[in-house]
Amino acid sequence: MTLSPTTMAAVRASGAVPNAEYLLNVEGIRKEFPGVVALDDVSFRLKRGTVHALMGENGAGKSTLMKILAGIYTPDKGEVQLKGVDIRLKSPLDALENGIAMIHQELNLMPFMTVAENIWIRREPKNRFGFVDHGEMRRITARLFDRLNIKLDPEIEVRHLSVANRQMVEIAKAVSYESDVLIMDEPTSALTEREVAHLFEIIRDLRSQGIGIVYITHKMNELFEIADEFSVFRDGKYIGTHASSDVTRDDIIRMMVGREITQMFPKEDVPIGDVVLSVKNLTLNGVFRDVSFDVRAGEILGIAGLVGSGRSNVAETLFGVTPASSGTIAIDGKTVSIDTPNTAIRNRMAFLTEDRKDTGCLLILDVLENMQIAVLQDRFVKGGFVAEKDITAACEEMSRKLRVKTPNLQERIENLSGGNQQKVLIGRWLLTNPRILILDEPTRGIDVGAKAEIHRLVTELARNGVAVIMISSEMPEVLGMSDRIMVMHEGRVTGILDRAEATQIKVMELAAS
Amino acid sequence: METNVAAQGTGSALPAAKRRMPPEFSIFLVLIGIALVYEVLGWIFVGQSFLLNPQRLTIMILQVAVIGIIAVGVTQVIITGGIDLSSGSVVGMTAMFSASVAQASSWPRALYPSLTDLPAIVPIGLGIGVGLLAGLINGQLIARTKIPPFIATLGMMVSARGISKWYTKGQPVSGLTEQFNFIGTGIWPVVVFLVVAVIFHVALRYTRYGKFTYAIGANVQAARVSGINVEAHLIKVYAIAGMLAGLAGVVTAARAQTAQAGMGVMYELDAIAATVIGGTSLTGGVGRITGTVIGTIILGVMTSGFTFLRVDAYYQEIVKGLIIVAAVVIDVYRQKNRKKA
Repeated sequence: MTLSPTTMAAVRASGAVPNAEYLLNVEGIRKEFPGVVALDDVSFRLKRGTVHALMGENGAGKSTLMKILAGIYTPDKGEVQLKGVDIRLKSPLDALENGIAMIHQELNLMPFMTVAENIWIRREPKNRFGFVDHGEMRRITARLFDRLNIKLDPEIEVRHLSVANRQMVEIAKAVSYESDVLIMDEPTSALTEREVAHLFEIIRDLRSQGIGIVYITHKMNELFEIADEFSVFRDGKYIGTHASSDVTRDDIIRMMVGREITQMFPKEDVPIGDVVLSVKNLTLNGVFRDVSFDVRAGEILGIAGLVGSGRSNVAETLFGVTPASSGTIAIDGKTVSIDTPNTAIRNRMAFLTEDRKDTGCLLILDVLENMQIAVLQDRFVKGGFVAEKDITAACEEMSRKLRVKTPNLQERIENLSGGNQQKVLIGRWLLTNPRILILDEPTRGIDVGAKAEIHRLVTELARNGVAVIMISSEMPEVLGMSDRIMVMHEGRVTGILDRAEATQIKVMELAAS
Repeated sequence: METNVAAQGTGSALPAAKRRMPPEFSIFLVLIGIALVYEVLGWIFVGQSFLLNPQRLTIMILQVAVIGIIAVGVTQVIITGGIDLSSGSVVGMTAMFSASVAQASSWPRALYPSLTDLPAIVPIGLGIGVGLLAGLINGQLIARTKIPPFIATLGMMVSARGISKWYTKGQPVSGLTEQFNFIGTGIWPVVVFLVVAVIFHVALRYTRYGKFTYAIGANVQAARVSGINVEAHLIKVYAIAGMLAGLAGVVTAARAQTAQAGMGVMYELDAIAATVIGGTSLTGGVGRITGTVIGTIILGVMTSGFTFLRVDAYYQEIVKGLIIVAAVVIDVYRQKNRKKA
């Protein structure tokens, strides 16, 4: 491994111990934000050549710790040692130059610049006239990609790349700084199974080169697959560190929530009623074709499939976001034409979208405004005026029922944790009293406790006769919650499995067929 | 992410809502501050009081009433995340149209001799109607063709100015009826401004129209998925902004007792400035009419104060520019703080 001159210089100047056992040694960190202690006396050690997972519910403090390591926040108290030397990071750039690189959940690449330009920005190789030497830049990028086994054209503009490939570029960029520590924040949340496998190969490769990786995830199976060690946080406190080979899934959940989750998937057998929604040969040109299925009252239909299989597109078309090119949608046997979300709502459908931030939350508005917005289409309005008292009472009751943790309804939704935001959005739809509820990744990126509550809620809705369609990338969730599972692959339905016959393997086979 | 901790940290017990100052309060303090500075400077340099002069204050507020009427519409457009550059030109165009049917028969060079001495409601209605039409065109362009509001209203700004000049080949329209001129006299423009402000303050805060306006500005995708007909709503908002610009055009003509094609030049920028100074965020989703009213008065006090201190008009514009930029800088700073807090 060759160090770039700047890193070398920094390491020399700092007097670091090149072979210190711990790449990072964090001791007694405290970080306060107005009104809350985000981290309290937290310690953490990252060994050379290991993958160290940070686990904890949303709000446990792992993101704050990560941001301290990446130079985004400065701690109020405590010490950070990099390879045995005290450091005090002042900015993300500072961290990068010290050999700590962070790969954000929201990728930070410039879409209209090429892959190579993105990687070497600020450090472009120059020719003797002081202009950027594109030939040299292409060569060093190719060399970097070779080392990481990434197959990408360095000259392509980033906007043409898939999320997975952008992530590869981010990783390559981090490695190009000769970083010793790589911080990854839920890197697999938008990747397909195959892309995850490739990512893990790269991570293992980096690990074997002695790089330490801090890996934040909510996915338990990833922890067992990729992490050597993990640390658990809860409510801003450090709970403990263990080797991942020493523990079971239940142990970790117990550490994270501090309580036993007795039943992860409270699926009940509820009476299944008549067919409510019947979809025949639904097609959206170029996206999905000939999708047909029925959903009955009280039934939960799971939709599985890899990212890009068209699952979410089917949901969007059902709800009128992208009207179908052909095919029919029938509710209670009557064909309906759904060409806008508004008509879908009038047909008593509801749609919890996949992306909370982009298509769900009105981030700068408060909880009340977020919750009431859909139901105001046809209720709680008299002569154009909103019946403030009634709607507020209804929203208060809903947030009590869903156990939304918020100081009050006037709190901006962006100040809530992911799980609580999701509950507010679910509340938005439940207020409309839907008969058909479409949930797209209802528990993505939310903590274990809130997840279980949402599962319980979905079960309860089914018991009350709501027809539920639930899209999920998490196999245990689909298998655990659904009465039937429809599997999609490249825009087509490859099979519909009954609960009794559905297994992880069968679903995967259909999804990858 | 640290904000999540805040929500979790407070636990399940819901504490009572923190008492927060309304966001307009700080803007109001700025207004008081500026006025007091003028007061002090007045005693030092001019030897008289700035505030204890009802006549000056009346003139001041009269001067900005028209801007205020426009700004009430512009505020709503900006809350949706859009912008309206056409309002100044629409003022000119509607002033011309309404004045052309407000002429008295005693006036020898009436544009339409058969349409003289009409009741004031006709020119007022025509002015508002033409403004509404301009706003509808803006809204349709933005909603149907998806071109940025900046471009759509820029086009309207240029064209409407052209129409005002074409309409009488550049000739002013004078000799307006007493009845028409009445709404421009005395304190009436201010009354119109305040009535309009109250109506749309109520509309934004207490009606579905208002809730949808904020929702679209906060997140247009989420608003759409929540069942809001975004296109239809945007058309409504731009139509209202056009209508208010039309009303401002009528008031402008009545105040001047004449209409000229050059009326309302740069009013759109003053209205946007008043809106932004009043705390409406250009990124959408945030803003109130009360803030805009205070922002409008700040603009008036600034101008009036400069005149009072006999500051050169050149400096006035320079400082006005600085204040607009400062208002946006403060807005950006506030947004940042909000994320950290």
